[in-house]
Amino acid sequence: MPDVRLVNVTKTYGKIVAVDNVSIHVHDKEYFALLGPSGCGKTTLLRLIAGLIKPDKGEIYIGNRLVNDVPPEDRDVGFVFQTFALFPHMNVWDNVIYGPRVKGFDMKKAKRIGHEVLEMVRLHERLDAFPNELSGGMMQRIAVARALAAGAKLLLLDEPLGQLDAKVRNELRYEIRKMTKDLGLTAIHVTHDQAEAMAISDRIAVMKKGKILQVGTPEELYMNPKSIFVAHFIGESNFLEGYVAEINDKTITVELRNGIKVETINKTTEELKKGERVVIALRPETLKVQREIRKGKNAVLGVIERMTFEGTNVRYEIRLENEDLVILTRPSLTGKWYKIGEKVTVSFPSEKAHIFTYPKVGLREELAVE
Amino acid sequence: MLKTSGKREFGWNVGGKCLPEIIKVLDKLSAKRSLRNTIYLSSIIIFFTLILIPPILGVIMKWGEMEQVLSQPKLMGEALNAIGNSLWVAIFVSAIDLAAGIPMAWLIARGRSKWLNVIDTFVDIPFIVPTATLGYSLLLFWSEDGLSSLFGKSLISPGWLLVILLHFTFSYPVVTRVMVGALLDYKLEYEQASRTLGASPLTAARTVTLPILKPSMIASFILAFARSISETGATMMVAGTAFINGPLFIKKYHDLNQNGPLVFVSFILIVIASLIFIIIKLLGPRLKLPVRKVWPNAERKLSSSGVTASRNGLALLIFFALILIPSLFVAFPAFKAIFGGTTLSQALSGSGVWREYWQSIILTYFLGGVVTLINMIIGLPMAIAIARKTFGELPSIILDVLVNIPLVVPSVALGASLSIFWKNFGFLPEMGPLIFAHMAITYPYFVRSMSAAIERINVNLEEAARTLGAKPFAVFRTIVFPLTKYSMLSGAIMVFTRSVSETGATMVVSNLVTAPVLLVNWVKSGVPTTILGLGCGFLILFSFIILLILRLIVRGREVY
Repeated sequence: MPDVRLVNVTKTYGKIVAVDNVSIHVHDKEYFALLGPSGCGKTTLLRLIAGLIKPDKGEIYIGNRLVNDVPPEDRDVGFVFQTFALFPHMNVWDNVIYGPRVKGFDMKKAKRIGHEVLEMVRLHERLDAFPNELSGGMMQRIAVARALAAGAKLLLLDEPLGQLDAKVRNELRYEIRKMTKDLGLTAIHVTHDQAEAMAISDRIAVMKKGKILQVGTPEELYMNPKSIFVAHFIGESNFLEGYVAEINDKTITVELRNGIKVETINKTTEELKKGERVVIALRPETLKVQREIRKGKNAVLGVIERMTFEGTNVRYEIRLENEDLVILTRPSLTGKWYKIGEKVTVSFPSEKAHIFTYPKVGLREELAVE
Repeated sequence: MLKTSGKREFGWNVGGKCLPEIIKVLDKLSAKRSLRNTIYLSSIIIFFTLILIPPILGVIMKWGEMEQVLSQPKLMGEALNAIGNSLWVAIFVSAIDLAAGIPMAWLIARGRSKWLNVIDTFVDIPFIVPTATLGYSLLLFWSEDGLSSLFGKSLISPGWLLVILLHFTFSYPVVTRVMVGALLDYKLEYEQASRTLGASPLTAARTVTLPILKPSMIASFILAFARSISETGATMMVAGTAFINGPLFIKKYHDLNQNGPLVFVSFILIVIASLIFIIIKLLGPRLKLPVRKVWPNAERKLSSSGVTASRNGLALLIFFALILIPSLFVAFPAFKAIFGGTTLSQALSGSGVWREYWQSIILTYFLGGVVTLINMIIGLPMAIAIARKTFGELPSIILDVLVNIPLVVPSVALGASLSIFWKNFGFLPEMGPLIFAHMAITYPYFVRSMSAAIERINVNLEEAARTLGAKPFAVFRTIVFPLTKYSMLSGAIMVFTRSVSETGATMVVSNLVTAPVLLVNWVKSGVPTTILGLGCGFLILFSFIILLILRLIVRGREVY
């Protein structure tokens, strides 16, 4: 059965290390996302699994078979390209039964499979159409149908929704997941859209500069990011800069700018010392905003600097007295809106704060996604 | 306002302070629609008056002489036989060009060895060997001293087989060149998709890549066909006495001062070739390659590394044994001249026959340079007009077909009809008709290359530049030119090499002696092989160096 294992896989292009000593294990029948900013090596990783390129180092196993030297046509994978790569000189039907045909299935079987997959993607009535006569969503569904018809047990999807409108994208992502789950396939889905990855994946691997930073379920990544980049890239985070003022087994006290002190629970795996420069990451929904000026544990004063009405929510940018900016949203129909220039108190519970060493390259550089 | 320095502003660094001013004026002038239309219109008028009409008018002016052929059934039969021979040779040769050129193009475009770059440059050699010399070289190789000396007898006697080998030699680079370019431009994703769906490399190439590259295959077929049907100088050398085709028939009777056969055969060849172009243009898109039937096991076996290596080996063998070595064979005695004897020192000192040789070399390259420059200037607006359908859809298609006509007129007929036409302009210097003849022969190469390149540029880019405030001339020099400069250079290379190697028309149209004509004279007068070899060697070497330098500038980023 197609579980996929990569062991210390490296791929370089000249001086650029596209994939840097990556090891992952994608389980059988799992929907797995490779998530990261553009140029992080996620597509290269997918192409390595498909056999479209060969690794410089390391081993790739599909269902316990070492496939390093196996050509793509013998790996039994279905690859859905970002551009769909539907053959422009063939109609929908010929595109869909291309796999069965080149694999030498008898025509009766090929036709049966063709009808089945077209039924599945609900495009049976368009089998005479050529790719240039189809909408983006239709092309995408045909590309998936074509990969399925070839009998793939492992589906590799390279930004399969990247070229579609937002509405179509949202519909299709659930459709693809449902289809792979119904058919019991393993799927590896490359995307740079964290919302998409969170919505459809069983597990996600976050990549940056050719390396895997963290692998976990969407909840794990969101609740317990192991690095400042993951905290930033998965969901939204606000960052407060400071120095470790005190540290013990249970808590860490951090001194922010202007002498403001806040406390977090000591659950970090990093070895922090007193006086070390750190960053606290806070999810917007863990922040509490109050009108009255209040002193207390983890309460910082601030001023509403900008307010944006977004429909369901109102988005506030608040300049704290330690000079950091925090961004949060509140439902637009409940409570009274804050006004620009209004003074507020922002507070958060100690256990919801994540603490990280200040990145060597600087915070801005560390969080850069381009 | 942002101020930019003059140099940055242009994109090309020529001239001093006044150039920015000139450019500014040109930018402003280009905004006038009437002026733009005047330029396009003049380029079309120049095309008709200098390129298209003279050869045709030359034929029409002697229209009455066609009676010579029509009234003599025997001559008529001979003419039709010659035309028939021209057609089947051209079709057969173009087909084997595709069969042999595609594997070679595949190897060059996809192979990883650095040597392939060198081989890629060698592919152009038959282009730069003067056509008549090429014919002589093949004659020597196959029939007289070369391979035949190994077997102790003439391996292939002059005749149809040698004509086919010759036409294969000079049209092979056309197909290989076009297909290498097409393969480099091709989006690999289609082939990769096919592989992940289970297709072996051969199946993927046959059912996906080649069908998608069909337009390039058709284009290269047309070019090879046109080249084969019009070639005269080289064919003359290898045809022997038993075989005759259209151009040879024309040449035979032209030498006897009879213009009737020339008018008749040229007319029929132009009509048939134009019909073939139109048919291919209309039916080409509908032509279906067999993609439905697949033999998975057999094709998988044929994709194995052993078979692939043998295929590559065979492609290289065909290239070296049938193309490169026979083309260069005439120059081999040059080595003898370099390593011994006095020929080299005589050649370098320019004494005896070499005096005329160096004069002819200067004339050849001067002519090549002038013709290239003029064709670039008059061809560019035409290429834009065709690519951007400036005068509408139908005129653009008509112009596209008409531009090809000079390619299919037999070069000797072109020369003859041009000389008939230009005789009426006795006041022109002798150089005039020669330049016009070369312009007519080479014009299509530049316009075709450029119009294809401009067509590939997304119109949105030009529109974006216009909305950002660029006047039409500014759009050209900042958007179109940078994006097409490689094709422009490639088109120019083709014009230049074609002009430098042209023999058939040059001999007829003027008494001036270019290097290819001189070499033919040498062959006829039986100069020693070391002298001939060295003469050919120099010409090939100079052209090769020019080509190599231009290729280094192009750096293989785009191929014509």
